[in-house]
Amino acid sequence: MPDRDCDAVIVGTGPAGATVAEVLTAAGWSVVMLEKGRNHLLSLDAPFGPMGHVSNDELKMHHRHFLGPDPWLEPRTFRRDESDGDRLHVGEVNNLPSTVGGGGMHADGKLPRFRENDFHAASEHGPIEGAELVDWPVDYDEIEPYYAEAERVVGVAGDAGANPFAAWRSGPYPMPPGADMFCAVLTSEVATKHGFHPYRAPTGVNSVEYDGRAACNNCGFCAFFGCPIEAKGDPVAPLRHALRTGLCDIRPESYVTEVLLDGTGRKARGVRYLDVNGEAHEVSARHVVLGAGAFETPRLLLRSEIGNPDVVGRFLMYHFQTFALGIFPFRLHAHRGRAVTHLHDDPIVPDDLALAAARDAGLPWFRGGIVEHGGASHPISEAIHLPPGPEHTRLMLASPMRDRMAAFTMQGEDMPQATNRIDLDPHVVDAWGIPAGRVTYSSHRHEVECSRHWAPRLEAVLRDAGATHTFSATSPPLPEHAARRRMPNLSPISRHVMGTARMGSDPATSVCDPWQRLHDVDNVVVADSSVFPTSTGYGPTLTIVALAIRAARALAGLEPLRSVRPA
Amino acid sequence: MPVWLTEHEHAVVAAVADRLIPPYDEHPGGAALGVADYIDGLLGAFEVDPPRIWAGGPFSGRAGGESSFDQFMTLSPLEELAWRTRIEGSKGMVERERNGDVIGFQQQYREGIAALGRDFLDVTPEEQDTRLRAQREFKRLLYAHACEGAYAAPEYGGNRSLAGWTAIQFGGDVQPRGYTDEEVTGRE
Ligand SMILES: Cc1cc2nc3c(=O)[nH]c(=O)nc-3n(C[C@H](O)[C@H](O)[C@H](O)COP(=O)(O)OP(=O)(O)OC[C@H]3O[C@@H](n4cnc5c(N)ncnc54)[C@H](O)[C@@H]3O)c2cc1C
Ligand code: SF4
Repeated sequence: MPDRDCDAVIVGTGPAGATVAEVLTAAGWSVVMLEKGRNHLLSLDAPFGPMGHVSNDELKMHHRHFLGPDPWLEPRTFRRDESDGDRLHVGEVNNLPSTVGGGGMHADGKLPRFRENDFHAASEHGPIEGAELVDWPVDYDEIEPYYAEAERVVGVAGDAGANPFAAWRSGPYPMPPGADMFCAVLTSEVATKHGFHPYRAPTGVNSVEYDGRAACNNCGFCAFFGCPIEAKGDPVAPLRHALRTGLCDIRPESYVTEVLLDGTGRKARGVRYLDVNGEAHEVSARHVVLGAGAFETPRLLLRSEIGNPDVVGRFLMYHFQTFALGIFPFRLHAHRGRAVTHLHDDPIVPDDLALAAARDAGLPWFRGGIVEHGGASHPISEAIHLPPGPEHTRLMLASPMRDRMAAFTMQGEDMPQATNRIDLDPHVVDAWGIPAGRVTYSSHRHEVECSRHWAPRLEAVLRDAGATHTFSATSPPLPEHAARRRMPNLSPISRHVMGTARMGSDPATSVCDPWQRLHDVDNVVVADSSVFPTSTGYGPTLTIVALAIRAARALAGLEPLRSVRPA
Repeated sequence: MPVWLTEHEHAVVAAVADRLIPPYDEHPGGAALGVADYIDGLLGAFEVDPPRIWAGGPFSGRAGGESSFDQFMTLSPLEELAWRTRIEGSKGMVERERNGDVIGFQQQYREGIAALGRDFLDVTPEEQDTRLRAQREFKRLLYAHACEGAYAAPEYGGNRSLAGWTAIQFGGDVQPRGYTDEEVTGRE
């Protein structure tokens, strides 16, 4: 009888956990995957076909928590800082889905790579007061082959030469880009005239049949929805690949409560979890992999009392989101097709105007974020934002907040601050009776000032594109807005969560080593964006997947991947 | 016959729905869209098995494929706990009160409708608006539910004859047909 249940137990089935499962099972390892949410993604019996549960249903998917987490079952709490008391808000705090597939189910999958500079911004730009900007312990040249592999596994459609700011690539995207949305073509043309450099977004959505999955048919129920025809690759592709080896045992509705240590206290021996009936079980394994997401992973580390206690949960980062919105005199039908089809990176590589604005604000530089060109799609959400009463129906017909609205979203880089953190709420508990995760978070002045600079420049593009009315908003709200309005929930709505178990070479100042193993319990690997030392201005997911491939290959003792930079 | 509301309550909810989402030109308002049936379906979700919380998938049949929205999905024990608590309230049950007691939708509707007055259906629309304004919390809840009823898939009881979607030029669910690339990129 083997002395352990499996070679590796993986917590979470999102992009991070799924990627590790694929790599380890391909290397012949047996894995058990524990996932607290239900399985609506793929059958766990051969041939592992789709479940057919997700649908073009705004009520179910967007308003009734179908993919979880139900904020009543899994409440989180939020406060800006200690002066807010124990908490300001209980309930939804940038919750990512709790389901087999994790956030990959919801995401509409813009999957850009980071740039070379993102891995050593601290040494290139110098420090910024009040933040602990650091270099990554890995650089772009080393990670490039893992990016290429991630794009191949997930299936990314994109146009390799289109973004002048992009880092070098060893090869093309596996698929050409999909259909451009009407409003993004419009805003891209004008953005170009403003000196910006829009390009067709690399997206983890099939533009042609790929890996046995259908091409996207532009249904438009994309962000916040699962794909009914499996045109999104992440994470159904790696999970299916792992299941096909016969070495992967996925257990949904299994809530991991703690990582178990052996007698030495320096090695993990497995994990404990609660099944759907609340009964406790243990899984023993040679290695424990945490892919619970950058919110739940530190919560689990804190409960298990492992990981550098001075750092775990700290340096929580989101993206500071700036929304520039334009209402057009004609309809844009953004409910057709993917949610975003164009991006521009210009705020990441600031021009003279932006640098001058940074200096005027007393800051050494600005590091903004990608600007997503999209629109709005769903009528229940529009209706709730419009006023009730005599004007309601007339406005719904005219549709200023949906069919005639184009939207820019800038995912501004968020500075790492030790005071921004996740810890355990002293009172609020989840449905399993376990302390809720609590966010303490205030934006750094950098992202606030950077947003103030970019919002009017983005609005100007929308006006020149024909918008008759423009406005902007941010999440979290600018400090003066938060003070003026009594907001029910001041927590950021960003679903990009990072930094809460940062990796680095020095065990005193980081939680994980450069191979994502805990410094203090080295058979525990953190596979998600908890390890990110900085947030960059790009969506995190392709980098999560690339790093997870790298960490999992190292774990399995496989050769590092290498690539050649084209001359 | 309403499932959970009384006939009178159902009529009050319908009247309120028309104040919040009024008819406009030839387009129906909240009452004719079936908002009251939608809300009654939510309040009485657990009167049927499986409960009317999540419509099935992947397709409705309106854009091809076999229809499955009308086969509602089963809930896990925890999901049932959450939805029963939300709808019925915590009623002193320990497992529903981990973070304090919860007043359910059912109680909010029963009390909210009563607070609008027994004669609500007989007073002028202006008086109805005044009374609604006085019930701020209830009005907010009802408005959110009215928006859902008017513009959600018809399997949930509202959006009758798809009139909610038709009025606003929204195609609703389109799988498995989808949209062509031209429909995405073109102006029309
Ligand atoms: C609407 C939307 C749009 C998005 N768009 C983009 C985008 O365009 N580009 C981009 O880069 N990113 C995007 N994201 C973010 C993306 O979804 C996340 O970055 C990604 O899902 C993170 O992957 P992960 O595996 O680290 O964590 P998750 O996807 O959060 O997966 C973690 C899993 O672990 C499970 N889990 C947690 N704790 C436990 C426990 N104790 N026991 C058992 N299981 C547990 C969770 O239930 C979950 O399923 C978007 C997200 C949303 C919601
Ligand atoms: S737009 Fe495409 S990828 Fe997105 S859900 Fe619809 S078919 Fe799937």
